[in-house]
Amino acid sequence: MTFSLEDLNNEHIDVLREVGNIGAGNAATALAKMVQKKIDMDVPIVQILSFEDVAAILGGEEMVVSGIYFQVEGDINGNIMFVLDIASSKVLTGMLMGRDDYSGDLDDMDYSALQEIGNILSGSYISSLNMLTGLKLKLSVPSLCVDMAGAILSVPAIQFSQTGDKVVLIETILKDGNSLVKGNFFLIPDEPSFIILLKSLGVLR
Amino acid sequence: MQKVIKVGMADLKIVSEPDVLTTLGLGSCVGIALYDKVTKIAGLAHIMLPDSSQIKNNQNLAKFADTAINLLVSEMIQKGAGPGRLTAKISGGSQMFSFGSNGSDLMKIGYRNVVATKEILSKLRIPILSEDTGGNYGRTIEFYSENGNLLVKTIGHGVKII
Repeated sequence: MTFSLEDLNNEHIDVLREVGNIGAGNAATALAKMVQKKIDMDVPIVQILSFEDVAAILGGEEMVVSGIYFQVEGDINGNIMFVLDIASSKVLTGMLMGRDDYSGDLDDMDYSALQEIGNILSGSYISSLNMLTGLKLKLSVPSLCVDMAGAILSVPAIQFSQTGDKVVLIETILKDGNSLVKGNFFLIPDEPSFIILLKSLGVLR
Repeated sequence: MQKVIKVGMADLKIVSEPDVLTTLGLGSCVGIALYDKVTKIAGLAHIMLPDSSQIKNNQNLAKFADTAINLLVSEMIQKGAGPGRLTAKISGGSQMFSFGSNGSDLMKIGYRNVVATKEILSKLRIPILSEDTGGNYGRTIEFYSENGNLLVKTIGHGVKII
């Protein structure tokens, strides 16, 4: 059977939102433990976007962002990408390092902190997927890239482009007081895995 | 009035003097800039994948190196460019993320896009005047129809004209 992102209906999107919701909840808890602060979150937004619109939601193709990329193996295969705008990256690393001021430039310590944050957040998503579906999933070590949004997003876009012209995006907003951290989470299963995923979530027969 | 025309992902556009073509944030994709210096007709394609015949969903011709270059050439000729006069400049094809030696084929997609682009250009006998490809960083390019210059801008890796 073939299945493309254009075939996703509201029920499928609701289920993906629930995955994002539980995943982000786990991620917020993990992050709160790490920085020893209360972290709030909003209900994630699930969007199916065309390539042209993906960079726009991050502030344009030339906006500098952090992308943290993982390979997923096991019952489903594919990739996960977690994208943070540069302000959110600074807030997160600032929290982790216990800084009062989040405006400084990112240094090597921040980069490795970002990788670790990506690790925790993506690990939370994966374990929520595992809880919901019972599928066995394993994450690779993270790879970090800080560069133009368009260039970073070309990587998931190319992967989605093998099966269609759309991208699935789960946007999560985490909050620590007034500091907003906007994280964008791309779930990129390969084509057979997408079907396995929706079947195991009970929305595809 | 000089206009700047944006070329999106999996897209191609053609302009003539004095307009400028641009594509923002090229990563593993490749920007293919074709130019006829006599008529000053310039075309730019932003391709994502090397080969349309390997993919089932291949209706979007501008997405693949093979179909995009053929389409760009035929549209440029339709607009008055001379088939024997076309020259090419290419940019992009970087590897944004690395996973060591066990990286999948998809991780090398930038390299494969560049190789496919060169093969197709050589088949069509379109000489490549210059290129700025590879690496692990993004590029924004601007292609000037008045002189065929291709400006490549990066974050932390300088600006150059090729």
